[in-house]
Amino acid sequence: MVARITKEQVEHVADLARLAFTDEEIAVFTKDLGDIIAFAEQLNELDTDGIEETTHVLNIANVMRPDEVRESISREEALLNAPDKRDGQVRVPNILEG
Amino acid sequence: MPLFEEGYQAIQERLHKKEISVSDLVDEAYEKIAAYDCQIGAFLTLNEEDARAVAKTLDEEGYSEEAALFGLPIGIKDNIVTKGLKTTCASRLLENFIPLYDATVISKIKEQKGIIIGKLNMDEFAMGSSNENSGFHVTRNPWDLERVPGGSSGGSAAAVAAGMVPFALGSDTGGSIRQPAAFCGVVGMKPTYGRVSRFGLVAFASSLDQIGPITRTVADNAYLLQAIAGVDPYDSTSADVDVPDYTSALTGDVKGLKIAVPKEYLGEGVDEGVRRAVQNALAQLEALGAAWEEVSLPHSKYAVATYYLLASSEASANLARFDGVRYGVRQEADNLMDMYKKTRSAGFGAEVKRRIMLGTFALSSGYYDAYYKKAQKVRTLIKRDFENVLEKYDVIIGPTTPTPAFKIGEKIDDPLTMYANDILTIPVNLAGVPAISVPCGLSDGLPVGLQIIGKPFDEATVYRVAFAYEQAANWNLTPDLKGVSG
Repeated sequence: MVARITKEQVEHVADLARLAFTDEEIAVFTKDLGDIIAFAEQLNELDTDGIEETTHVLNIANVMRPDEVRESISREEALLNAPDKRDGQVRVPNILEG
Repeated sequence: MPLFEEGYQAIQERLHKKEISVSDLVDEAYEKIAAYDCQIGAFLTLNEEDARAVAKTLDEEGYSEEAALFGLPIGIKDNIVTKGLKTTCASRLLENFIPLYDATVISKIKEQKGIIIGKLNMDEFAMGSSNENSGFHVTRNPWDLERVPGGSSGGSAAAVAAGMVPFALGSDTGGSIRQPAAFCGVVGMKPTYGRVSRFGLVAFASSLDQIGPITRTVADNAYLLQAIAGVDPYDSTSADVDVPDYTSALTGDVKGLKIAVPKEYLGEGVDEGVRRAVQNALAQLEALGAAWEEVSLPHSKYAVATYYLLASSEASANLARFDGVRYGVRQEADNLMDMYKKTRSAGFGAEVKRRIMLGTFALSSGYYDAYYKKAQKVRTLIKRDFENVLEKYDVIIGPTTPTPAFKIGEKIDDPLTMYANDILTIPVNLAGVPAISVPCGLSDGLPVGLQIIGKPFDEATVYRVAFAYEQAANWNLTPDLKGVSG
């Protein structure tokens, strides 16, 4: 059987998904994803030319509401669950090199 | 008989007559939890102090008919946010997360004076069919501790089956209310997409997720759905459709009702005991004056593949928010990118990672049309199957699952075998229609679920059929918990 997904592709997808894997895990995912994708390819048996996509089952158009100020959470509350914070803001590691 | 087995009407009548207090009900819940939950593992977090305080206040205020859920103990699946009460989605990544607000269903329960007993175990982020994907512990089936309770709302179904709570909320993306309800011998309803607000339900697949009740009886189920249903300004996908009085549909009368039985739902892969139980249920409904005919939902076999592509794609986007910045368990690193990767890799379990990977792949450049868009088109075909049949019939009936509860460890190493277990529940989510699982007997000592599927926003007819069957069959399934102790 032709491999449906390569190790390099899995590494690329992991990077897009912000996940890090060991070499062993990459090997497992390459097999698992290959199997699942092979299974999913049964959809190609169906002719779907001219069929509209269903993104949503309800026929909802834009839902509007008046633009009114309502009660909201405070800055203090918003930071309650933050793992690292300083001076009323969330703190993260360096985002720029150097 | 334990109070919880009496149903909401009898419980509230006793509260009204002061034969019992709300505190008695709360005591029963925590006594049962203390007795059985060490073995069963249905709960992740208890709300005991708060629940007892609320019970005391309600006992002082006295019974009020205005408050529909007055004094009723309710367990909540741990992906529904509860202000000030830890909500983890059974994920290590959220093991310290304290929500700042209540989900709309929680606000409704509190307004109507229901009592929140605690948060229930599940497959991490609702991804799974066995509760084996919980980041904390496995929940066991009260009917057989060696077996899974189903998933992902396995904690909710197990807690109700074991009599720890008479009511629970679950969520259903591909069968996660109905399948555990079937495995544990209780009643589980997935309402029409949009019937119940999803505000405060931690999103898995937003076009499929729906909150619904898990209870011992159909009447309890209809009563709880009534209390949580309706349009919500905080969820723009909640539907502005009137909520009828579901309890008035519980007449026991199904004369003239037209039932469709899809041949695909009783075919290959369906266990003999399950098939027999469903056929007996159909015969019983026939005896009550309903008529059934075999029909076809020709695209059923494509539902599982369609679902895994769409649900995983939506999940990969929804779960991007768990990055260790604003909440969650952060893993430290020298730079932001490594912090994201370490946090997510340490926090998510294997199945969640598998689905994020599949979804990210299906949405990635060069594959989007072949996988994601293709699956959306097939979803249209599946939806049309249901529309065609429901034009001519009142309900569609089949089994909820192809087999009764399987053993812990039996399917966990093979994702595709695990996914196939949801083959009869997934199409319903893709079509967005309502469906209930109601117990229809035992197969080799394990509960079997009868699935009744209705027209969009016609939960009333689904409840009517489920109630008529439940009353006629009179199973009253209760697991023997003598061997289970704290």
